Amino acid sequence: MIRLEPRGPVAVSRLIGVSFAAAIAAVVLAAIPMLFAGLSVFEAYGLMAKGAFGSLFAFTEMLTRATPLILTGLAAAVAFRAKLWNIGAEGQLYAGALAAVAVGTGMISAHPIVLVPAVVLAGALAGGLVMLGPTLLKTRLGVDEVVTTLLLNFVILLFVQMMLEGPMKDPMGMGWPQSEPILDEAALPKLMARMRIHWGLIIALVCALGVYFLLKRTVWGFEIRAVGENANAARHAGIPVTATFVRVGLISGALAGLAGVGEVAGLKGYLTADLSPGFGYSGIVVAMLAGLSPIGVVFAALFIASIFVGADSMSRATGVSNYLADLIVAMALLCVLVSGLFLRFKVHLVGRNARKEAGR
Amino acid sequence: METDGSQAVPILKLDGITKRFGALTANGDVSLELHRGEILALLGENGAGKTTLMNILFGHYVADEGKVLVGSNDGDLSALEPGSPNAALVAGIGMVHQHFTLAENLSALDNILLGTETLSALKSARLPARHKLENLMSRSGLTVSLDTRVSQLSVGEKQRVEILKALYRDARVLVLDEPTAVLTPQESDTLFATLKKLAEDGLGIIFISHKLAEVLASSHRIAILRAGRKVADLPSDGCDQRQLAELMVGHEITETVREPNQPGAPLFVLNGIFAGQGRDVLHDVNLELKSGEILGIAGVSGNGQTMLARVISGLETAARGSIQLEGVDLGKASVRQMIDSGLARIPEDRHRDGVVGAMTVSENLAIESIREPENQRFGLLRFTELRERARNLIKSYDIRCQSENSPARLLSGGNIQKIVLARTLETEPKVVLAAQPSRGLDVGATSDVHKRLLAVRARGAGVILISEDLDELLRLSDRIAVIHRGVLSAAEQTEKLDRGTLGLSMAGHSEEDAA
Repeated sequence: MIRLEPRGPVAVSRLIGVSFAAAIAAVVLAAIPMLFAGLSVFEAYGLMAKGAFGSLFAFTEMLTRATPLILTGLAAAVAFRAKLWNIGAEGQLYAGALAAVAVGTGMISAHPIVLVPAVVLAGALAGGLVMLGPTLLKTRLGVDEVVTTLLLNFVILLFVQMMLEGPMKDPMGMGWPQSEPILDEAALPKLMARMRIHWGLIIALVCALGVYFLLKRTVWGFEIRAVGENANAARHAGIPVTATFVRVGLISGALAGLAGVGEVAGLKGYLTADLSPGFGYSGIVVAMLAGLSPIGVVFAALFIASIFVGADSMSRATGVSNYLADLIVAMALLCVLVSGLFLRFKVHLVGRNARKEAGR
Repeated sequence: METDGSQAVPILKLDGITKRFGALTANGDVSLELHRGEILALLGENGAGKTTLMNILFGHYVADEGKVLVGSNDGDLSALEPGSPNAALVAGIGMVHQHFTLAENLSALDNILLGTETLSALKSARLPARHKLENLMSRSGLTVSLDTRVSQLSVGEKQRVEILKALYRDARVLVLDEPTAVLTPQESDTLFATLKKLAEDGLGIIFISHKLAEVLASSHRIAILRAGRKVADLPSDGCDQRQLAELMVGHEITETVREPNQPGAPLFVLNGIFAGQGRDVLHDVNLELKSGEILGIAGVSGNGQTMLARVISGLETAARGSIQLEGVDLGKASVRQMIDSGLARIPEDRHRDGVVGAMTVSENLAIESIREPENQRFGLLRFTELRERARNLIKSYDIRCQSENSPARLLSGGNIQKIVLARTLETEPKVVLAAQPSRGLDVGATSDVHKRLLAVRARGAGVILISEDLDELLRLSDRIAVIHRGVLSAAEQTEKLDRGTLGLSMAGHSEEDAA
C-alpha cells in the first residue's frame, strides 16, 4: 500500500532537479521497449546522440527542429500560467503559417526589411485571433477552452486543406495540394550557409526572453500570475480578470502563430497540410517539462528536439521505427506528471502485513 | 451516571503522540485519556495542533512517535493501526467534521447507510437500519426525518445526521470538530444537551473548540493544547474563562474596549437591494452606515452574508436597489471602482479571496494598487519601491514572515489577515467591509484585528462588520442588525441587545415571538 502525505514548500533547485530527473527517467524507461525490439540500448542511444549532436549539420538540424517547439512551448507555458488551457497551438500554428503564406507569396511586394516583418506580424496576428474566440467564449459564457481550442485544431487544418486545394493552390505545383512558394524577399534569412537553420530560432529565443520579462517584471505579468494562481483573489483585489485572459490568449496564440511562420517562411518555403508533425501538441509537453518557466522551455525544447532528430537518425541506421521518439516524449510527460506528485507529497510505503494484523 | 465502575480503564488513550511537519512540531509528546461517559473538550488556538491530533486519531496522519490505544468492551487496551481510517471506524471511533461529508442528493437514511453495506445489500438493509436508527433517535433525542433529502435539511439537522451516522456504526468514541461554528446559540444548546445524554449512555466524546463559554458549560474535563503541546488537563468544575484563555495563549490578555463615540453623518447606504438566487440571496436589504460607527451584522452562516459581502465588494451586481457612498452612486461599480472610491474589503475566506498563496508577501501587499504610479511606470513594476513599501508595512502591521519575498501561503492565518489589513487600511479608506475578520484566528491575532477596526472607527470612517461570533459583535459594534434568509433587520443599538434576543432573531423569530 502507498500512503501520501502533503509536503511543505518546494525549492527552485528541486523544481529544476525534477525536470531533469523526469527526462532521464523517460530515457531509461524507453530502453525497455528497445530491448524488446532487440536493440543494444547503448548503441541505440549512442546513435541518437550522434544524430543530434554528432556533427555541425546534426546540431543545426536539432536547433531547427527546436525552433517551433520553443514557440509552441512558450504558447502553452504562458497560457497555462494563467490557467487558460490552450490545447490549440497546432491550429494556431497553421493559422500563422497560412497568414504568412497569404502575405508572403506576392500579395504585397516590398523590400525584405518591410516584407519579412509584415509576414511575421501577419502570422502572429492570425494565431492570436484564432485564440481570441475560445478566450471570449470562456470569459463570456464559461465555455470550456480545452474543448474549443482542441476542436478548432481540426477546423483550421481542414480549412488549410480547403485553401490548398482551392484558392491558394500553386498553379505550378503539378497538382499537389500546396501553396505558392514564399517570395525570396519574404523568407526568413538563413543563419548559416548550406544549413537549414534560420532566423526563426532567433525570434524564438527573443520570445522566450520576452515572455520571461513579461511574467517577471511587468504589470501584465503580475496580473497573469495572480489570475493563474488564484483567480478569486485576483478578482477580489480588482484585477481585470477578463482582460487578462484575453491578453494571455492573444499572446499565446501569437506565439504559436510565429511557430507556423518559422516553419513556412524559414524552412519549407511553401505551405502543405503536413507542415507540422504535431509541434502544437509537443509544445504542451515542452511547457510541462519546463515547469511552465519560459527559460526552461528553451532547454526542454532542445531536449525534445534532440530526441526527435536523434531518433530519426537512429532509425535510418538500425531500421527501428522513429516512433520511439514519440514514446520517449510521451514517457517524459508522464514522468513529469508523476514527479509533480512527489513534489507535492511525501510517499510512504506501508507494509501489507501490518495492515492485515490491525484490520481485523 | 454509571461511569464510576469503568473510570479506571480509559476507552481511548493517546500515548506520547509526536508529529512533525518539517521543522514544525505540530504535536509534541501529547498524551490524552478519554473515559466512558466523559465529555472532553480539546481547547486551543488555531495552529495549536488540535486538528492534527484528531487526524492522527482518525488515521489521516501517522504519528512520528507515540501510539493510539483503544479500549475494548472487556476493558483491555489495544493499539490502533496507524494511518487507517477504516481501522478507526472498526474500533468504534466516529468523527463529525466541521464541514459535513454528506451526499446532498441522497436521503438522510441513505447517507447514514452509505459505505456500511455493499451495493447489492443496500435495499434489504434499509428496514433493519430504519429500526435501529429510530431506536437510536428516541434514546438520544437526535430526531431527523430519515426520508428527506439532505439538501433540504437545515445545518443543525445535517449535523444530527452526521452524529447518527457515527452512532449507527456503533461508535464508542465521538469526535466533533468545532461543532458549534455553524449553529445558532439555541441550536448549540440543543446539541450539548444531546451530547450530555449520549455521554450518560456511555459514549466517550471529544469536542474541539475555541469558544470558552461553551467549553466550560458542557464538558467534564478540558485539555488545552498550545504550540503542539498539552499545557493543561483539568476538570471543568472550578475553571473560569480568563484562566483558560491565558493557558491557551500563554500570557495575560488585555481586552479591547470600545470607547464611546458620537457617530456622524450617513456615509454608506444600501437601499432596497435584491441579489442572488437559490440559498444565498438578498431580499430588500436596507442599511445605513454612519461615519465613526461600527455596524455589526449578525446571522447564522449561509443566510445571505456572503452575497451581501459580494455586493458591497463589487463582485456581484445587485438585481435591484442602490448603493451610495457619500452620495455617489456605486450600484453598477466594478471592484476597481469600489476600491478607488474609498471602500476597503476584508474577505470572509482570506485564503480563497484574500491572498494569492503562490505570490510573495510583497506582491500580495501591492495587489490592489499594482496599477498605481507608485508601483509601476510604463507598465513595468518598480521593484525597489514595492520592496520598500512591503518592508514598512511588514513592520508597522507586525506581519511575521521570513522576508517580504516569502510566498504568502507559508504564513499563518493571522499573518495572512494582517497582509489583507495592511494593504486595505493603509489607503485610509472611508468605509471598511470586514467579513468574518477574526474567523479561525487565535486570540492574539483577533485582538489585533479588533484594534485595527476600532482605529478605523476612531478616525471617523465606517465599518460594516459581518460576523457569526456574537461576542465579537457585541464588543465592537455600535449597532447590530440581524440577517436571516436574506432579510436584514433594522439595526438596533448594541446596548439594548443581548445574546438571547440576538440568537432568537438569528433563528428567524421576530421580537413579538420572543416576548
